[in-house]
Amino acid sequence: MNGTGRPLWRRLIGQNVLSALALGIGGYALGHWVGTRITVGMDSQLGTDQNDLAIFMGFVFALLGWLIGLGFLNYPLSRLAGRPPSLREKEEAGPGRYFRLCTDHKVVGLQYFVTVLLFFLIAGLNAMFIRAELLTPNEKLWNANQYLSLVSLHGTMMLMMMSAAILGPFANYFVPIMIGARRMAFPRLESLSFWLVPPAGLILLSAIFLGGFPTGWTGYAPLANEARAGMDAYLFSFALIGLSMTIVGTNMIATVLTMRAPGMTWTRLPIFVWGVICTSILMVLAAPVLFSTLAMVALDRTADTSFFLASAGGSPFLYDNLFWFFGHPEVYILALPGFGIVLEILPVFARKPLWGYRLAVAGMVGVTLLSFMVWQHHLFVSGINSDLRPFYMLTTELISIPTGFIFLNGLGTLWRGHIRFTVPMLFSLAFFSNFLLGGLSGVFLSDVPSDVSTHGSYFVMAHFHYTIMGGLVFAFFAGIYYWLPKMTGLRFNELLAKIHFWGMFVFFNCTFAPLFAAGMLGMPRRVSIYAPRLHGINIFVSISAFLLGLSILVFLVNLVYSMVIARIPAEANPWQSRGLEFQLPTPVPVTNFERTPVIQADPYGYGEPDALPVAALSPSPATVAGAG
Amino acid sequence: MASEAIPGGPAAEPQHGRRLVIAWAVLSAAAVPLVVLVIGPHIPPGSLSAESHDQHEINILLAALATPVLLGIWTSLIYVVTAFRLRGDAIVDGPPLRGQPGLQILWVVATAVVVLSLAVLGTAELLGSSKGAGGGQGPDPLAVPKGAKSALQVQVIGQQWAWTFRYPGYGGVETPQLSLPAGRLVELHVTSLDVSHSFWAIQLGVKADAIPGSDNVAFVTAHHTGSFEIRCAELCGLWHGHMHNTGAVMTPAAFTTWIRGQQLENAPATKTLPPYSKHYFPEPYRRAG
Amino acid sequence: MSRGARVFAVACATAAAAVLVAFYAVGFLASTPPTVQAAQAPAGQAQLTLQAVASYGHSPHPDWVSYLVRDASGKWRHTTIFKVPAHSLVHVTVYQYDTATGLRNPFWSQVRGTVAGTMTVDGKTTNSLPPDDASHTFAIPDLGISVPLKGVADDAKDQCSVAPCTLAQAHSTITFTFRTGKPGTFRWQCFVPCAASFIFGNGGPMQTPGWMDGYLKVV
Repeated sequence: MNGTGRPLWRRLIGQNVLSALALGIGGYALGHWVGTRITVGMDSQLGTDQNDLAIFMGFVFALLGWLIGLGFLNYPLSRLAGRPPSLREKEEAGPGRYFRLCTDHKVVGLQYFVTVLLFFLIAGLNAMFIRAELLTPNEKLWNANQYLSLVSLHGTMMLMMMSAAILGPFANYFVPIMIGARRMAFPRLESLSFWLVPPAGLILLSAIFLGGFPTGWTGYAPLANEARAGMDAYLFSFALIGLSMTIVGTNMIATVLTMRAPGMTWTRLPIFVWGVICTSILMVLAAPVLFSTLAMVALDRTADTSFFLASAGGSPFLYDNLFWFFGHPEVYILALPGFGIVLEILPVFARKPLWGYRLAVAGMVGVTLLSFMVWQHHLFVSGINSDLRPFYMLTTELISIPTGFIFLNGLGTLWRGHIRFTVPMLFSLAFFSNFLLGGLSGVFLSDVPSDVSTHGSYFVMAHFHYTIMGGLVFAFFAGIYYWLPKMTGLRFNELLAKIHFWGMFVFFNCTFAPLFAAGMLGMPRRVSIYAPRLHGINIFVSISAFLLGLSILVFLVNLVYSMVIARIPAEANPWQSRGLEFQLPTPVPVTNFERTPVIQADPYGYGEPDALPVAALSPSPATVAGAG
Repeated sequence: MASEAIPGGPAAEPQHGRRLVIAWAVLSAAAVPLVVLVIGPHIPPGSLSAESHDQHEINILLAALATPVLLGIWTSLIYVVTAFRLRGDAIVDGPPLRGQPGLQILWVVATAVVVLSLAVLGTAELLGSSKGAGGGQGPDPLAVPKGAKSALQVQVIGQQWAWTFRYPGYGGVETPQLSLPAGRLVELHVTSLDVSHSFWAIQLGVKADAIPGSDNVAFVTAHHTGSFEIRCAELCGLWHGHMHNTGAVMTPAAFTTWIRGQQLENAPATKTLPPYSKHYFPEPYRRAG
Repeated sequence: MSRGARVFAVACATAAAAVLVAFYAVGFLASTPPTVQAAQAPAGQAQLTLQAVASYGHSPHPDWVSYLVRDASGKWRHTTIFKVPAHSLVHVTVYQYDTATGLRNPFWSQVRGTVAGTMTVDGKTTNSLPPDDASHTFAIPDLGISVPLKGVADDAKDQCSVAPCTLAQAHSTITFTFRTGKPGTFRWQCFVPCAASFIFGNGGPMQTPGWMDGYLKVV
């Protein structure tokens, strides 16, 4: 590590995250100053003691400084100046790559992993603080205003980071490898999609110093219009994530469409890649709507527009509909990658092919199409045109059909298999149990008369925690235990991993199952006080939540111990998987494959006596000609 | 799933599929009556009003339908993890089964049938028997109960951070508490003066968002006297959780006495109130700094 | 790096994280305005003296409207959390220095929940205020108490712009009495949209404990 010869302080200078941070902070100061010049005489900005326009200008300049500091403007500027293009030749090797603009998709995957995990833990900590307040039916612990910021920060940070939880680390790392490519279609954009995430997280956290924001992750106007400056942090950071999502989605689609190796037909594509494609389509179509909606709120807050103010000709319904037009596909952005990972892992540990491959693909595509047609179910009792409700009830019920296919795929794969209960398999099995409860509670919510009792209550909270945390987060951990040994070349401690799984599974269910009852019994969302009859349930839930947090801490200990302290090497294919990514050596070479592989079969040929290996890694000219 | 007969070898493989279906059928037959008869009566929101009763019934129905589905998947999961574990250390591949078109079609059709029936049932309930089921239907409700022309009109006004209630039929008096007469159809008009709130009368089974500039209509008929909890179900700022009252359902005579008392008590304020309207855009929009 | 060095680095990072979390919990989440005890009058009674100002005049929010309370030693304190005895009569005196904004909902223009349902404004006893004259209200919804507070005229001389304000500056004096019952903690708020420059007047100080919202602790 010290072999390059230059002293450490010399190596810290250059275009890396440190210079990005420095230029970002300087940019904020400059932008804020520019903003105050613009708003001279604007009573709506000056009278409130929070100059929203200056804050936004500050964020914009900070983002520019950040991107310049990392070197994202180097390529456009040098091309404008007439220099020839350069890709990887100028990039340095060594551990410094992880702190710079690096076009190696494997580096981006690991960068994403660390960032997403860090913010997941911060958001989870906020959840622990929320549950601490809910131990008593009155406001005891936290300032009532800061409690709302707690709730808002928890939700927003989780949604922001978990949208990229699987596409970020795992799709970036493994999609090119799984399709036999050397890189993504747009490597520099890939790095950009990552480097937008840390400033988004930091800017969201800066809301703490700006008075917090009281709207929850849904940011409903008109409350958003009258909120304090923390709202600007929310708007800007969430918009950055929307931008990042659009970029990563575009990149994934382009890569899978154009860079598949010879022989990689659509029916040989790993199911994980199908999940990524469907998620990417959702991202590309829905995230720009989020960006525009947040921009409209920003305009309302800074430029005295009234998009969402009924008294001035606007409408809060506009916000509700625009937000949920993004918001509903967003939850499928969270769910679909989970499906992909779990169906990818099940065949490996059941030693059977994926049962019903075409059905699984049809399910994912069906969910993708239908997810744009259901969003008004978030607004059933909001006073929308009552003619619409039966239609949206129908579409919402319909979307449960393709969502249900995954259960048939999973059970069919497990049936008559020879199941090994490794930790990735345990998380994948738990996924089914959790997602089942989440999905069934969704059926309650899709029925309008039932929704009248449960909308806006803890029933909804339990529903989406079962689908997002019980589904996506469990799949996230399955992916971590399955793939991190390949990504880092290091093994996890088996005992700690099992403790993590059992603690998480048991206490997750203990935490969220009673909340279905709490919601039906009359506990609204986002409150810090509740009726005394719900005290017992809340004590049980809070204690279970603390134990759940403890189990995730066990994971963190395992991660740090295995990856930093013990560092026991892992084999190249610890799971005896047929997947193409596991046929490569560990560490994966920079260009992935020495020669372009020829794909011969899908990765699910377990039990087939004459199954070819997934790919010919050093294909003869005959094989190449045959694959065409 | 047919069993494999291994000629001359050990006994044929057990009929896994048959075993599973039997186990599931037995468990469901035991559980569904339990859910409907024992747990069902306790499922919220109870029967204080016709609307909450309808919601209560549909919740029981959905729970009864969900039970066999839940048991089916759970039984299958438990069965597969016990019956199909890898025995021994050597990793052995399973049979190369990639799918069975018949079973897949059956699954698609069965789930489609169940789901579409639920959609039809829900629509029938919503528009037919329960007439909106207590939910806010917007300014132009589709499901209007009989006798709506002579319903008691009550306006629910949400503001940061308290609920007030206006009775246009009683001089437009605005009261801080909600009282309703039993046995009479009430037409609630829910609106807001500032940000979005949501009026949730829990035991009455009414939930309607209070959106500024919007008149959200919900119908309710309370069956008998009692009290109910009112909470705000849409995050509206600092005291969102504190926007709660206790409402009362009274006999019609007691209600008349109450409302007359309120008219007297609130006379000074009633003189200054704007005329009753479906929505209000009160000043100030923004106070100068 | 040797294994020992790695363990040390992890320990340092963990300690730094713990410190940050502690700062977050104590410095941000739990930061609440202090509680001030109402002055004791003869047994079974208490005297609460408040002032409402048009602009606080000091950081962090010099332009925000705010309430202040006088503590037992006579000093004006910038907090909105008051302690009063249970089962007692609480006499409240409010010195109101802000100009009128007007009520969004004239419902709050009537005095509710006080003894005899009245308040005394600059010497005159009344049970309501013209809605456009209200500058702030003092309302405890859970106890049914709501008192509108008269604003000073827009063209009054010697208006106060920096807290704490003195009696020499333009003000209205409002007094009322209410009875406390069982112990408990009750939130109180202002119902006039008085937060300058915020949409609906309900942002900023109207949503921040310590300014226009607070708690009444009945002990």
